[in-house]
Formats: sequence, structure tokens, C-alpha cells
Amino acid sequence: MVPGLYERAGGPGARLRNLGAAYGMRRRRRRLLGRAFLKRRQLRAVVDRTPTLGPDDILAFATVRNEADRLPWFLDHHRRLGVTHFIFVDNDSDDGTGAFLSDQPDCSVWHTSHSYKLSRFGLDWITWLMIRHGHGRWCLVLDADELFIYPHWPTRPLSALTERLDQTGTPMMGALMLDLYPQGPVGDTAYRPRQDPLEILTHFDAGNYSIQVQRPMKNLWVQGGARARAFFGDEPRRAPTLQKVPLVRWHWRYVYVNSTHALLPPRLNRIYGEGETLSGVLLHTKFLDSIVKRSAEERLRQEHFANSDLYNSYYESLTQNPSLWCEASTPYRGWRALEGLGVMSRGDWV
Amino acid sequence: MRLGIVMLCHSALDRAAQVVRHWSDNGCPVVIHVDRKVPEDVYARFVDKIGDLPDVAVCDRIQCNWGDWSLVEATQLAASELLGTFPNLDYVLLTSGTCLPLRPVPELTTYLEDHRGVNFIESVTCEEVPWIQGGLGHERFTLRFPFSWKRTKRLFDAFVALQRRVGYKRKIPSGLVPHMGSQWWCLVREDLEAILNHHRRAEFDRYFKGVWIPDESYFQTLIRQVSDRIESRSLTLAKFDFQGRPHLFYDDHLELLRRSKCFLVRKVWPQADKLYDTFLSGDNTSWGDDEPEPGRIARICSSALERRVRGRPGLYMVGRFPRNDSEFIRTSARYAVFEGFGDLFENFPGWIERRTGFRCHGHLFAPERAEFADGAKLVSGALSDNAKLRDYNATGFLTNLLWNTRGRRQAFLYGPRDTKGVGGFIASDVNADVVVLTGAWAVRLFCENLPFAEARRRAAELQQREADHLKELRQSWARARVQVWSLADFLRNPSDNLDNIINDISPAPSRSVLQLPPMVDLRGFRQFLQNLKNEGMDPYLVGDLPPSQELRASNPAMP
Repeated sequence: MVPGLYERAGGPGARLRNLGAAYGMRRRRRRLLGRAFLKRRQLRAVVDRTPTLGPDDILAFATVRNEADRLPWFLDHHRRLGVTHFIFVDNDSDDGTGAFLSDQPDCSVWHTSHSYKLSRFGLDWITWLMIRHGHGRWCLVLDADELFIYPHWPTRPLSALTERLDQTGTPMMGALMLDLYPQGPVGDTAYRPRQDPLEILTHFDAGNYSIQVQRPMKNLWVQGGARARAFFGDEPRRAPTLQKVPLVRWHWRYVYVNSTHALLPPRLNRIYGEGETLSGVLLHTKFLDSIVKRSAEERLRQEHFANSDLYNSYYESLTQNPSLWCEASTPYRGWRALEGLGVMSRGDWV
Repeated sequence: MRLGIVMLCHSALDRAAQVVRHWSDNGCPVVIHVDRKVPEDVYARFVDKIGDLPDVAVCDRIQCNWGDWSLVEATQLAASELLGTFPNLDYVLLTSGTCLPLRPVPELTTYLEDHRGVNFIESVTCEEVPWIQGGLGHERFTLRFPFSWKRTKRLFDAFVALQRRVGYKRKIPSGLVPHMGSQWWCLVREDLEAILNHHRRAEFDRYFKGVWIPDESYFQTLIRQVSDRIESRSLTLAKFDFQGRPHLFYDDHLELLRRSKCFLVRKVWPQADKLYDTFLSGDNTSWGDDEPEPGRIARICSSALERRVRGRPGLYMVGRFPRNDSEFIRTSARYAVFEGFGDLFENFPGWIERRTGFRCHGHLFAPERAEFADGAKLVSGALSDNAKLRDYNATGFLTNLLWNTRGRRQAFLYGPRDTKGVGGFIASDVNADVVVLTGAWAVRLFCENLPFAEARRRAAELQQREADHLKELRQSWARARVQVWSLADFLRNPSDNLDNIINDISPAPSRSVLQLPPMVDLRGFRQFLQNLKNEGMDPYLVGDLPPSQELRASNPAMP
């Protein structure tokens, strides 16, 4: 056996084991669908504009909590890409997020004050809304601090991309979550709402990602980047997962398993191959000045990781206004540069 | 010069109408075939939209399916109608609703005027066609294809395999030599007429109904029956992706298309407003009488194909993660691995850099930290020297380093103390040049002056690890270029040996750095080895050391 990257399952009984794994995944998918169904009562519609949706609408889904600062730019960016309708779950914000979203003509808003963590970090709620509104449509599932980009995005709208994916028979597209950070301590430059976050978050880590394939779903597991380098040097295994499959032509039977990192059925995780497949990037704007204050809150709320205690030192470091920038950081210069660095790929979409 | 247009439409009828108007405004009669699959009301709107245009007609509709006879039949229908209605044409151009004329129509007619009597149709024998979809070349003409390739691929494949097995072959009508080529042509009116009115047409049609993808071979084959003035190329630029689908062109291709100087392009994204606005603006300013130059677009498309099918070697990312047994180019560039040299020489990496121009790191996989060149804590790409991060995915660390530093050849030291997992990966990589000095770990042990019991234990451990690694380097799957020297053999003539090693690895070693790097003091080393042996530990990987006299003589730098 050649040593290295990713081994094929083989040996005696492999087929039987695969069958067993397939059945296990099916059960898991159905259980997650069941959870979403049960959690539907936790949602209360604030503004529901979904009856106007047509079959070609491209939807974006997000669970938000106190994101009034980030949301204006988030909406502008994704509107510019060609998202035609946004569906939000407002997890009990108290900074005017709910009112702001309700005023937007292309947003539908549901409210809940139940636990984010117990709802699988919002996924149960989102899954239910996707069953109802996403079926048959192209759906983007995002966090409020993520800006989705893909090859050619400034000149080709999302509908061109989704048409391309339809044409090549790929119902999903993968993306790397790219942590962007400022040149200097993260809390030092104040972010104004409606400002382009990329004016402040100018740098990223270009080439320190660790990739493996995880069984049984055969999803990639990408870790590394600035957070692994700065905060998880002693425990790399705990470093945040960075691959996502944010764009999927949804079917009500699909479920996201772990944030949007992996899905079931498992064929939706085949975002990679021998050659390069079309892939995008989620520009992660987490490290704006608000992170310092927020980290103190999150540490108390313990709503963001499955075993939150283990991440105390991570939050602790963040509250001390660290600098993620280093001499070897790469300045962000647009998608073509990202493609040249091998962070994303256009595949054969010329 | 009068040019008539046959247009086949399946979708995006608004755009098709726009293009029809463009042809008509420039004095070209058009006959359009619209796929029967287009709903009645959409069709009615389309007909209404072009109703005001003179010399524009639609023909009877039939249902069109990819890869079967219907596309030829539709072309025949529309072409017959065109020739019947407009008898005074000189040329007929076959185009689709998503084709876009780039250069002004008068320029196209002038071009045809200059080449009067020449048929522009790609027509190549099967042996010469590199782009065959589904792996079928000549067999398209000799097998039968009752099952759809798109909808029932398995049945299609099984039936092809069955026919191959039993040796079934259809007879090709006498006199026909199968030719293939792009579906889109521009033919001389008389020659097209000759094809459509051929006295054996019924026989030909019957035969081609059973051929796979006849739209790429019917006219391409028959033109050879009626004319010998054939320019085997299409005036319509069309490029295909790795699944055999035509590439779409978008607004950002504007300059590329303009510079290609092609007359028409297929296929354009219907929402590419800028392309349609620019090329259909009615501005008939001449582009000059240049020949089309599709080379640049062809290059872009073929490199995209390469990237989609193989990817950039050594790149691991969200869109690319090859299985380990499918390729042996696992890193992005050649690199050299020196094993043992760091123990024998002082500041060996610095010497390698001066001698070869490579970037040479210390022990990248040392237990304490990655010893990047010049003691850097981070290298490009923000790769950290943290040993835990590195060992979490050691092969990933190496592929990242090589990818980040592509452009300059890298080298590093490696040895039995270092992270074990990466040794096999290096052995399996064609890009690796590995030089091993076996037993050199004993030199380091000797210099460290450990308590003897401890040194003996370490020696046994290091020797075992090195032996395991040597086994990896000799596996059948190993692809690295490997040189193995025992320490003893090397020390017989270090200067010449090192010279040969460097000349093997480096394309252009510097001539100015001829002196050996300083070697550690080996006085007493023989005795140290003898002591190990006396304690029952045989350092066999060191080899038989020459007497110390000789050792000193071969190395003038030694005191």
C-alpha cells in the first residue's frame, strides 16, 4: 500500500462494512430530518415573504444573533451576487437586528429564543425552513460573518454559476472558509456598519491548510489557517473545520450534518476529485473589532462548540486583542490571486 | 454575394430573435427551425417577434434530441426551405440560436466572396479526431445505437460491448468514407443542393439514422461526395469542456472574442448582455481583413481541460484531493532530501545553498520544531515551525511547503530522529531526490557524550528506525531517486563522493564553492563504535570504517 493521503477502503468484508455504513448514514439523515420537524414549533414567523418566490430564485439562509453591524454589507454583497431572497432565523437579538431585517424587501424573518446549541447550532431550524422553501432551488447557507465568492464573481452572477453546476451535473459546490484579519491587533480598528469589511481585514494565511478525508461520509476535513496557527498550536486536532458546502441545489431529503461542513446523503460531499473542481471561498470576517467583546460573551454563553469548556483558552486569547498578522501573511487581492495561490479553483469554467 | 442562414433553436428564443434580426438587417435571408419541445406559447411569441422581418421564415418543427438523427433532419428541413424560397443564394451558413456573429456581416460576405466556391466545413476522418466523446470513433459508423447515451448510459455501453463481443458490423454504403467535424458549417449553395438532391439520398439517410451523433458526420461525410473544394475548418468557434459540452462565453470574454477575429462563436450565455449589445450593435466598422485566430481561446480552453482532469500537481485544496494510489506526482516541484549529512558536517544547509542555489532547510521534521532556513519561525504561506501543527499532518506540511515555495528548488535534512510518517511519502514521490548516509546518527551520538548505556540504547533505536526507512525507500511503489551510502564508504573519499552527489542532483552547481563543509571531529569515533560492538550492539549501517589514519588524510580540514 502506498503511504500517504487518502486510502481506499479495502480488504475482506469491505463491501459489507460499506453497506453497514450506508445504512447508518441513512438512519442518521432521517433522524436529523425528524429533529428539524420537531423543532419547527420553536420558530415564529416575523415577516414571511416566501409566497412570492419563483422556481429560479436563489435563496440564502442564515441564523443570526446581534449582527446589526455586519448585516448591511452582508446583504449588499450577496444581493450583488444575485441572491434573490434571504431567509433568516433571528436567535433573540437585542440590537435591532430583527427590525432591520424585517424592513428589507427581500428578507423573510423567523424568530426564536430557544438554544442555539441545542438546535445543532441553528441547523435544525434552518433545515426545517429549507424543507419548506429550499426544495428544488439553489440555496446558500451562510453565517452572518461569511461573504461568499467564487471564480469570476465580479463579472458573472450566481445564476451563471448555478447554471454551470446544473449543466455539469453537480448539485453542490465546496468552499474554503478563509479567515481574514487586519494588519495589527484585531480590536484596534473600529468597523462602521455598511463599510466593506475587507478594508480592515486585509490579510490571510495562504498555504498552511491540513486536509484529510473523513469516513464514513467521505467529506474533506480541512483545518489550519490563522486560527490553527495562532490559537491551536498545542492541540491542532481541535482547530476549527474550514471546508464548507454552502451552495446546494436543495432537496427536502438532504441534511447538513455539522454546520455546513458536511451533508447527507454522502455523495454531496464529493466536492473534490483527481483534478480541480470548481470551488469557491467564504471570506470569514470574524476578526473585526467586535470579536474582542463578543468572545467574552461567548465564553460565558458557551453556545458555540459542542464541548465548549475545551475552547476556553481560545476565547481567553481573543479577549486579549491579539494580532493574527505575521510577516508571512498574504494580502487579499481578489479572486484571481486566490486562484493562483490554489485557495480556490475555476476547474474548467473558463 | 448572398448569404442565407439556417438557424436551429432550442432555447433562449429572445436572444435567437435578436440574432435573426441582426442577420436580416444585413440582408441575409433566414430560415429557422425551432425544437418541438419548445412550448407552443413561447414559440408563438417568438414568431410574433420576428414577424415584421422580410426574408425570414420558420419551417416545420420536429422534436430534437441530442446525438440522434433529428438534428440532421431539422437541418435538412430548414435548408430545403431556404433553398426553395431564396433561389439566388451563393452560400448557406448553419448556425444555432445561441451562436453569436462577432465580425460585421459584410466582412463575412467579403471573406466568402474572396473564397468563392470553397466549402467551410470541418471534415476529418475518424482516425484524426482527438476530441471523441464516449471513446467511440469509427465505431459510430459501424455499430447500432438504439439506446440513448444521455438517459440510459448503462444500456448504451452494454449494447456497444455486446456488439463488439459478437463482432457485429454495419455495412457503410459503398463509396462513403466516414468523416467527422463540427456541426456548424458554411457551404456553397450548389454543393448543399447537391447533397440534398443526391440520387442516393434515401439510402444515405437510412444509413445515417443509425449512426451515433450524425449531426457531426452527415454533411461532413457527404460533402466529400459532391465537392473537392473543402476548407476543413468551421467559421464558428466552438470549444468543449471535459464532459463534451460546449463552453459558454460570458461578458468578461469580450476582449478575448474580439481579438480572436472569428466570424461566429458558439455558445454565448443568454444573459451576457454586454456581448449581445456589443456584437449586435449594427456597427459595421471593418475589423480589417485578418484571418480568424482562435489559437488563444483554444489554449485557454485546453489548459482549463488539463486543470479539470489532472489539476495542478502538488496542490491539495477544497476542490482537489487525489486518491493516493492514482498518481505519483504528489508534490509541486523537485526537491532534495539529505539524510545523515547534518550529523557529519557542520552547517551543511548553508553549504548546500552556496553550492547549489537551492533553498536548504535544516531538519524540517526535527522533534522540537521545523528548522526552516535562517531560523525562520514562519515561511511563506504562513506555514509555522510548530512541531505539533506540523506532525498533525506531516505530509500536508511538506506538500504545503513545496507548493508555497514553488519557483525555487527546496532541500532539507532528514534523519531517523525526525517525524516518521513522512518518510514513506517521500519515497513514493517522483519529485524527491534522496541521498542517505546510513549510520551517520552514530556520529551525532558520539559527539553528544551521553552516558554510555544511554548512547547504546539510542543507537539501537535509531538504527532500527533508519532500517525501517531504508526498507520504505526500496519498496516496489517507491518513485524517488535514491542514493544510499554507508557512512564508511562515504568517508573513504568524502570530497569526491559529495561532489558526485551534488552533480547528480543539481542542474548547475556553483564551481566557486569547491571546499568541503567543515566536518565534525572524528577522533575516537572508531573506538566509540567498537565500544558499542563490545556491548553487543552492532552498528551495521555505519559499515566498515577505514583506519583513522586514512580518515584524517582524506579530510584536510581535520586537525
